[in-house]
Amino acid sequence: MILRERLFRSGGLEGLFLSDHHEHRHLAGIIGGPRDTSVSEPLAGKRVLLAVGGQMAAARAMLALDGLVARLALVPPGLAPEHVARIATDSDAEIAVCDAEGLPDDALPGLPRIDVETASRASFEATVGTGRETEWALATSGTTGAPKLVAHTLEGLAGGINTAATPEPGTVWSTFYDIRRYGGLQVFLRAMLAPASLVLSDRHETVRDFLVRAGDAGVTHILGTPSHWRLALMSNALSRLSPRYVRLSGEIADQTVLDLLRAAFPDARMAHAYASTEGGVGFTVEDGCEGFPASLIGTRAGIEIAVRDDALYVRSSRTGRRYLGAAPEPLMAEDGFVDTGDLVERRGDRFHFLGRRSGVINVGGAKVQPEEVEAVVNLHASVSMSRVRARPNPILGAVVEAEVVLRAGTDAADPAALKKAIIAHCRPRLSGHKVPASVRFVDDLPLTSGGKLVRRMP
Amino acid sequence: MSLRSTIHAEIAAVAAEQEKRMPPITDDLVMLETEFDSLCFALLVARMEDLTGADPFSEMEADDLPVTVGDLVALYDRAAAKLAA
Repeated sequence: MILRERLFRSGGLEGLFLSDHHEHRHLAGIIGGPRDTSVSEPLAGKRVLLAVGGQMAAARAMLALDGLVARLALVPPGLAPEHVARIATDSDAEIAVCDAEGLPDDALPGLPRIDVETASRASFEATVGTGRETEWALATSGTTGAPKLVAHTLEGLAGGINTAATPEPGTVWSTFYDIRRYGGLQVFLRAMLAPASLVLSDRHETVRDFLVRAGDAGVTHILGTPSHWRLALMSNALSRLSPRYVRLSGEIADQTVLDLLRAAFPDARMAHAYASTEGGVGFTVEDGCEGFPASLIGTRAGIEIAVRDDALYVRSSRTGRRYLGAAPEPLMAEDGFVDTGDLVERRGDRFHFLGRRSGVINVGGAKVQPEEVEAVVNLHASVSMSRVRARPNPILGAVVEAEVVLRAGTDAADPAALKKAIIAHCRPRLSGHKVPASVRFVDDLPLTSGGKLVRRMP
Repeated sequence: MSLRSTIHAEIAAVAAEQEKRMPPITDDLVMLETEFDSLCFALLVARMEDLTGADPFSEMEADDLPVTVGDLVALYDRAAAKLAA
């Protein structure tokens, strides 16, 4: 399957559009616009790094390059320069398709580059029928800082999408996500494979502006994380939306957010999906209740779900194929199962999510490795040791909390001031979502028999 | 300090720490139309829980969803009354 070929053949592009916060383009124009064979030459069969600022440029490039290049590595927006460099290295990129916002002039010297506007005119005709499968490389949301790259096939990425179904007339997709992230890419593919219109978000836009824009564009199908939705629920612009389908993914969807969304959109179909960059789309729950029915464990069409040692394992053609990079760890076990690292607990006939085995904290979709924060907290002169954990938070799902054992002899006459000082110490040393929201002083911290901090939630 | 002034002060403190520019904080201010983002909001709610013991967001009805600073004050007011009862 090649995206543009499929869109070309599917027809029915009349009236369909792709829009972002400053332009509105006809899908037919994007697919059938003027082509330039000379542009295809330096790109054909190459490993390409796609590093652009906005999502419209990314979408057009993805449509132009799928089926033409050997590998397409997507650089999500807002990454630190060293992480962009890491993605370029791990994807073994031979050429960058970029713009000034996505890749500054002085970045990645030595890597040839083509402007994204030019690359989006790459000829397609040469590849019709003889096109190659492009390998897609997606960055994980990053735990220890550096994102890992996961290789996917387009078939695998689209595996959870019913591509045979005729789209409901008038469907307009949108997502709070960026389409260069796994969740956002799912929406991009749903729209392109339907085909249907798509409204792209912008990370510099306020929630209100996005909701107004999505409402004006007639969005009917929309995906966000529970955190995106919690924020949207507090905007008086939410009433501008009248979706027929509301989807949540990327974080644990709790009953509160599900109930609030149900109340806000009583007539919409509502689904919370379990998906990850590595594990692909596992399953979707549509009964409006948190967790998932135990009946999903086992083998269904195209996917097997198992619980081993209280963690979810997934085996299917939708999972990533492997990690990319110099010394990649295996993505899946020898039996083909991907360990998702997500802990679950059975209560009656449902399973509930408990969080990450590694203790990784999910702050509104941004992952925080506790050890990284502890290392910074421990630098404070009054701190003997610390343990960083998730503190449940109704807005972002979780925020970071540090439990701190003070050094003997520390003057803690004013505990509130000392807590503030420890947090202030972290602020310049960690990105915003990693800075502890709160500090608790404890007398000691439990260690395992191996001398490691006990991290599992009680 | 009254609950209202506590909330106003905490909004200002969180915004300052997160280097967000805020207009004057009044009850009419619609928070999501300012630079006060989801992380700011999350931090505010965590602090208010530490200060008041109340987390009205964890169990709320659709009608309770605060849009303005005044809505937020009212939400914590009701939560405080509930705690005291």
